[in-house]
Amino acid sequence: MSGPSILEVRNLSRSFGKFQALRDVSLAIEKGRLCALIGPNGAGKTTFYNVVSGRYRPTSGRVFFEGQDISRTPTHRLAAMGLLRSFQVTNIFPALTVLENILTPLVVHHGRSYAFIGAIRKRRELAEEAEQILQRVGLTGQSQRMVSTLAYGDKRLIEIAIVLARRPQLVLLDEPTAGMNPEETDRMIRLIQELSQKSDTTFFVTEHDMKVVFSMAERIFVLNQGSLLAEGTPAEIRANAEVKRAYLGGSLDAAR
Amino acid sequence: MEGFLANVLNGLSWGMLLFLISMGLTTVFGVMGVLNFAHGSLFMLGAYLCMQFVRWVGSFWVGLLLGPPLVAVLSVLLERFLLRPLYGRDVSFQLLLTFGVMLFLDDGVRLIWGAAYHVVNPPQILSGVIPLFSQTYPVYRLFLVILGPLVGIALWVFFAFTRWGKILRAAAMDRQMAEIVGVRVPLLFTAVFAFGAWLAALGGALAAPHQSVGPAMGERIIIESFIVVVIGGMGSFPGAFVGALILGFLNSFGTTLMPDVQMALPYILLSVVLLTRPRGIFGEEG
Amino acid sequence: MSALSRRPWIAGLVLVAALLAAPFVLSMYGVIILTEILTMSLFAMSFNLLFGYTGLLSFGQAGFFGAGGYFAVLTLLHGPQSLWAALAAAMLGSALLALAIGWFCVRLDEIYFAILTLGFGMMLFTVAHNWRSVTGGSDGLGSFSIPELSLFGAQLTLFNPKNFYFLVLFVVVLGVLLLLRVVGSPFGLLLKATRENSNRVAFVGANVRSVRLFAFVVAGALAGVGGALFALFNRIASPEMLHWAFSGKAVLMTILGGSGVFLGPAVGAAIFFVLEHVITAFTTNWMIFLGAILVVLVLLFPKGVLGSALDLAGRSRRGRNP
Repeated sequence: MSGPSILEVRNLSRSFGKFQALRDVSLAIEKGRLCALIGPNGAGKTTFYNVVSGRYRPTSGRVFFEGQDISRTPTHRLAAMGLLRSFQVTNIFPALTVLENILTPLVVHHGRSYAFIGAIRKRRELAEEAEQILQRVGLTGQSQRMVSTLAYGDKRLIEIAIVLARRPQLVLLDEPTAGMNPEETDRMIRLIQELSQKSDTTFFVTEHDMKVVFSMAERIFVLNQGSLLAEGTPAEIRANAEVKRAYLGGSLDAAR
Repeated sequence: MEGFLANVLNGLSWGMLLFLISMGLTTVFGVMGVLNFAHGSLFMLGAYLCMQFVRWVGSFWVGLLLGPPLVAVLSVLLERFLLRPLYGRDVSFQLLLTFGVMLFLDDGVRLIWGAAYHVVNPPQILSGVIPLFSQTYPVYRLFLVILGPLVGIALWVFFAFTRWGKILRAAAMDRQMAEIVGVRVPLLFTAVFAFGAWLAALGGALAAPHQSVGPAMGERIIIESFIVVVIGGMGSFPGAFVGALILGFLNSFGTTLMPDVQMALPYILLSVVLLTRPRGIFGEEG
Repeated sequence: MSALSRRPWIAGLVLVAALLAAPFVLSMYGVIILTEILTMSLFAMSFNLLFGYTGLLSFGQAGFFGAGGYFAVLTLLHGPQSLWAALAAAMLGSALLALAIGWFCVRLDEIYFAILTLGFGMMLFTVAHNWRSVTGGSDGLGSFSIPELSLFGAQLTLFNPKNFYFLVLFVVVLGVLLLLRVVGSPFGLLLKATRENSNRVAFVGANVRSVRLFAFVVAGALAGVGGALFALFNRIASPEMLHWAFSGKAVLMTILGGSGVFLGPAVGAAIFFVLEHVITAFTTNWMIFLGAILVVLVLLFPKGVLGSALDLAGRSRRGRNP
């Protein structure tokens, strides 16, 4: 690894009662590198994200974000530090408008959570900023629509836009293309690549769709039954026999 | 010593009544996820119907036998037509609906029977007092003390060992799975609701000779049974038993020892439990 | 109609103007009813800050309402003979109570929150009911005199229902304006987001408990002001004002009018009083009707009267909240 690491995990383990979801996982993500986390069902990918994003505490081991130990930091403070996460099952604000969905993280980001004396000018600035973010993900002209009326693909875009509103350093994208048709999937891939190249944000993506992973990831980490099975470039992973075995040779070949 | 014993027995007799009512509430919550605000009103209806049967036929046992099933029938209508449409919706709406039903029933009772309090005498064999140490104690209350655990054990046996009981417990744990294996969940819900109502009304009928029957009965007992269910754990029978006993004793000993604070004791206990162990004494991790 | 939707404050101005003119048009009895409606509107709207906007169902708001009443009366009995002091004491006292109680309650969700608030409310009820020496026990605190109101140089006696009405109108409008501010501010947006998805709000960096606690304190403070007005109006602060059944009234009024509309609870309060007035004319069992109405509303018109009406007028988004 050549650059500084933005996320580092050391000997991370997490158990739920007798079930060990993560066993002694150690990895490091380089700043600016689009990385991916893959693994068969039940490998522990979502648990990994949950621990890193502060939802669960590690049973043992530590998590470092930009050099700081965040193993016990609560979720809401991580967002302020620049670590954001999106969700596999769309987790947005249903009865709010598109604009309000983006305004919410913006308000928090600018520290205006308790602002009662919201000067009109300030609000217009925030609204403009929200519109810019919507433009960046490709959602224009829908600001006043109730988010619950949007198409599924557009909802997934809101899912990402919410995260981007906080200008994060690191984003954990949990299956961003979940449930999308090929056209939407391509759009999402291009969006993530563009964002990864043009901004300072580091993207860490977990996916089931191997085509997605191999087309955009610069480095891939493979989880299997809670342990880190392998890591490397896409080519290295593709050639890795153990990884193939873990997947029973199915979906990896499909990615060729 | 006599005072202590009297307090113990009072606590037990009131506790057993609370237990009966809370069992219904906790079963309904455990299986259906519904917290029924009108549960106390069903209890009260049971008491009033028992009183009415005593007036008509002169027999407490008839009232005890016929009153609760009538209330159960009413509850079937309630569940089927009022509650069922709300199952997909926010829990708050279910609470609000049962709140409305409670208002309706509580005042309905006033409309039919008037606002006065009525006395129901216990049946011959259970009336009177028996000597206890150097004092006397009402036979009826002792009857309640014995009956409570009996009913509890009978129900526990039902839930633990019979086929229907197991189905109910399974449905409580995993509604979707129950549906998949062929349990007709809507029908089950109606049955459980009716069962809860029957228990409440039974408690009411049994309570009629214990305390005067009046329109405020429902309001008082609903909060106490809420507290019992929360303390004991939603959906737990042993929890309802322990919770009811605790409240029964808080009631009897509290009135004697700290009358000024007594009214607040159940709420204080409720708050402590909710803040330290929200799932209750016997409740399961949500 | 379209001019109205672009400038909703016109409707507000019209409403206030109508309320200012009302005492000169209505009978004395009408003025008294309107005073009650205004007071309860403040109570119900403060409840709805928690329910409709933050998604928190509290069955204990009467605790703060009643506490405000007692604080106000106690001030007049033992402190400065000033109405403003009494109102300030009510607001501050209730706010502090709400802070203390809310700190515990916001740790819980949904049904547990509802039950815990009910519990705390009843604890306050017990204090009011039993602490004879301070609160007068179950008899409540009466026998205080309402000082004259000095406003703009004039001395107004509040025995005149019209003068009292204007005082109540003034205070309630201030309270409503404060609520409007809160609800329309960035904080208001956070409240709504918390209602929609409290989980995600945490994930974007807000402390959900703090947000809820803040709303709880504002709601408690305004409820306290409402309670002070109520106690002064009825010339007595009594324990019933803190009972969970009284909390139920705020819940009812809000559902009646509609929790999704800013003025919904106020409309609900008006409907409530009108209904009560009409129905009690021919029967004492008006709760039967209220219960039935609530059931019908929950099943068929969950948006309440105002909410459903606005929906029908095709302005559901505009009416949703400022």
